[in-house]
Amino acid sequence: MEEIRFVAATGAVGAGVDRESLAAALERRPHFIAADAGTTDAGPAALGSGVPAFAKDAVKRDLAEMLRAGREGGIPVIVGSAGTAGADVHVDWTLDIVREICAEDDLSLKVVVVRSQQDPEYLLEMLAAGRIHPISPAPVMNEATIRRSVRVVGMMGVESIQRALATSPDLVLAGRASDSALYAAMPIALGFPEGLAWHVGKIVECGTLACETRGPGAMLATIRADHAVIQPIGPDLRCTPMSVAAHTLYENADPYLFKEASGVLDLQHVVFEAETESSVRVSGATFHPASAYNVKLEGAELAGYSTVMIGGIRDPFIIGRLDWWLGKMTEYFEHSVRVLLGLNPGDYQISLHTYGRDGVMGELEPERKSAVHEIGVVFEVLAADQSTATEIAKLARQPLLHLPVPEWKGAVTTIAYLHNPPQIERGPVYRFNMHHVVMPRSEEEMFRIESMEVGSTRAVSAAATT
Amino acid sequence: MRLDRLASLVRSKNAGPFQLTFDIMFGEAALYERVKASKVLNAPLIARLYDCELSSVQFFECDNALAFKATIPRRHVQGEFGDPDLHGGQQHAPLMAVEIPD
Repeated sequence: MEEIRFVAATGAVGAGVDRESLAAALERRPHFIAADAGTTDAGPAALGSGVPAFAKDAVKRDLAEMLRAGREGGIPVIVGSAGTAGADVHVDWTLDIVREICAEDDLSLKVVVVRSQQDPEYLLEMLAAGRIHPISPAPVMNEATIRRSVRVVGMMGVESIQRALATSPDLVLAGRASDSALYAAMPIALGFPEGLAWHVGKIVECGTLACETRGPGAMLATIRADHAVIQPIGPDLRCTPMSVAAHTLYENADPYLFKEASGVLDLQHVVFEAETESSVRVSGATFHPASAYNVKLEGAELAGYSTVMIGGIRDPFIIGRLDWWLGKMTEYFEHSVRVLLGLNPGDYQISLHTYGRDGVMGELEPERKSAVHEIGVVFEVLAADQSTATEIAKLARQPLLHLPVPEWKGAVTTIAYLHNPPQIERGPVYRFNMHHVVMPRSEEEMFRIESMEVGSTRAVSAAATT
Repeated sequence: MRLDRLASLVRSKNAGPFQLTFDIMFGEAALYERVKASKVLNAPLIARLYDCELSSVQFFECDNALAFKATIPRRHVQGEFGDPDLHGGQQHAPLMAVEIPD
């Protein structure tokens, strides 16, 4: 095999697959289609609550386009980080969508699911065996961390995807996976250079984001023995050596070295050249195998329940002494909370955001003292349960509304609340609690493969007779 | 001249839930080289603007991308209670105002 071709259908399943571009890419006879369906960038809520960040209808539309194209081309579709966070609940949510698509489009598919959720008992065993290590900067990791976690997933590399692909599936539906691994798995399995395969995966995993121009489209990659070509497919899409090089920076801590489960991708000596006006030739990436296979963990735990109040302050006298005023207000309601609810400040948390002054950057805001005429206030409370959070918010409602300033004589109303009632119950709040890798005894013990036929019996019997 | 007059893009973004990364990009090699030669952009500047330990700052000059990159630990883990910027996308403004001598 002299070259392998593949398509990145979209930067994220649910963000939009362009049907025409995908059809045009299919004419280049790719060997597979892939896209990731998740990220930690959506925050810890998806992993903690089990609820995907993307709208179901958007995911369904994109998956349907990819599955249709896969069927038309007779090639596998690979989807990773299913349902945003890639835990079992997210994989099952996505699998249900696949079932719906199969029923509606009269499709029958061989689906191979790769699960990445980790059993707490297994993690405790790994921790006790000294097989879990921090990645700097890391929060504390101990038995309690694992026991507090609502869900933990491991980020699979190419090995698990390769095991799935070896069974000739129509769809690989993977839990949490390295985005690049979805693309690198088949080329590496077929003997193409590891460095090149991972690098190309890294370039195309955000879809057309590596282009100089913006618009709907897909990315076609071709890997050969010593180089690869990145070609965007879509109206007026263009990749340049600069745009591809620059994309390597996006959302990455280090633009040259990338940790993967099986080693480190090294881009220090890569060369980007214009292949055509819109495509780029890349070469020079190397891959340093790790001394031991190691898997990044992502965990989320419940932090508590939050209630929020939003309002605005326009009175220049209050704005002029905002810190003083907020301090007095806090003192006042903390006292009420202590007296009425019997709770001390250590039993709950308050977060006050003052938009217009330093709401976005907090204590890092260099222009905190600039003159402003209006301040947006977001008052947040976090407590062990929802009703306590709301009770605390209610006790803060009154002082925020009427706490006097010395400049005015007489009763004042000090905040313009946006809502009635002012408080909004946010529900559970989660936090990421791991930045660690685990060194398993084997890849198989962390990532479990399950093969199934999905689709209408009519389609199955039709397939059986042809 | 202010950095935002020279750069084609100054941005901040999460690099995973525990780190924040800044990209300062240029449309022309001459502008990138000028800023690079000024030696104004470096790890100590990032440590000062973002009040973090110098040893925690990663700083890169990316010649092939005409870009500078810096990565620091997040002050709040992404999305935790009190984190004011879920995607870390609005933390770059202090860099825009950095003066590059003529």
